[in-house]
Amino acid sequence: MIGLYVPGDSPVHRAPAGLKLAVLALLLLVLAVAPTTAVLIEGTAVVVGGAALSGVGARAVVAQVRPLLWVVVPVAVLQLLITGPAAAVRVVGALVLAVAAAGLVTLTTRTEELLDVLISVLRPLRRVGVDPDRVALVLALAVRSVPVLAGLAAEVRQARAARGAERSLRAFAVPLVIRSLRHADRLGEALAARGVDD
Amino acid sequence: MTIELQGVTHRFGDRVVLADVDLVLAERRIGVVGANGSGKSTLARLLNGLVVPTRGRVLVDGLDTARQGAAVRRRVGFVFTDPDAQIVMPTVAEDVAFSLRRSGLDRGQRAARVMQVLQRFGLDGHAHHPAHLLSGGQKQLLALAAVLVTEPSVLVCDEPTTLLDARNARRVADLLSGLPQQLVLVTHHLDQLARFDRVLVVDAGRIVADGPPEAGLAAYDDLLAMGSAT
Repeated sequence: MIGLYVPGDSPVHRAPAGLKLAVLALLLLVLAVAPTTAVLIEGTAVVVGGAALSGVGARAVVAQVRPLLWVVVPVAVLQLLITGPAAAVRVVGALVLAVAAAGLVTLTTRTEELLDVLISVLRPLRRVGVDPDRVALVLALAVRSVPVLAGLAAEVRQARAARGAERSLRAFAVPLVIRSLRHADRLGEALAARGVDD
Repeated sequence: MTIELQGVTHRFGDRVVLADVDLVLAERRIGVVGANGSGKSTLARLLNGLVVPTRGRVLVDGLDTARQGAAVRRRVGFVFTDPDAQIVMPTVAEDVAFSLRRSGLDRGQRAARVMQVLQRFGLDGHAHHPAHLLSGGQKQLLALAAVLVTEPSVLVCDEPTTLLDARNARRVADLLSGLPQQLVLVTHHLDQLARFDRVLVVDAGRIVADGPPEAGLAAYDDLLAMGSAT
């Protein structure tokens, strides 16, 4: 859910968001409970087939998985040492497959549709005081904030370098926290202006 | 629409940001100028209830911003300086649609309205693009589109062109000047106010000049020349 929706009119794009999330949830459940080789092969076939049918392109799906590398490598090494190559393949395969499947869903589903499903699912929790709209908004803001915070971090890094303090953690962390808080403050004001609390 | 400020004073802690302001704003185009920290942004925020006065009251079409804020905000849209803080959804179309979430329109009607507004602002080609990939000028256009899609009667803009380059600033200013809405524009770009009906000059929390653009801007020039603008 990082705002990388690729517009399209494929059957995968047109499939209801609820159905896609249900299939994803089922896949994740099976991968968690029984990550067998057969499950991995079938799951990979579903994801590869879905990606091909959607037309989003292999590069977009791979891009969803790439940030996982720094987790996958140590996990793979650890599994190799502790449980052997077969288990390492299963664990790493399940991890990569899960992220690729989730990535395919976000690449082919608008955030608005995902949030509508979330709101529907959470609706029964109104009775215990959960506001589904508020939860959905928080998630949307979290998604939206990723590129904003990345931009702030890049600006702070440049400012730090311009002042010759490339290695100073404090020169990075303090302005980043301050700018992030200021952004949060402005965002809150903008939400109020757009009638979120009304 | 008429906006009235009656004996408005606003404090942040011990600091008086606006003092004893009485205004009736009924003109179609109203400009607000003043130095940083003069109180002009607080004045703008008072107009749609984002800030409620410490003393006095603000009435929008007879509605008190302190007690009927929601109704006021449906009538008065607000555009901020930094569009990045105003855009709340990941993609362009979703952000505009967010403004319509309580409009009572169904999904199809919302999508049609969103596309209509995006076309008007030249953003229809970016409808499903991530909002953070837009240029600064496009982001400000998106922020404007997201406010105007709800068709407010009044638009308050707090320095909407300050972060833009000259070309985008001109584009946004031209767009603002062509809007049918009543417009209250806070700006440092004085040339944008030349054809306005009225200009308010704010200094140290007080309205120190109020009149047609020539008189208002001349008064602001005098203020700058005297070096007394805060």
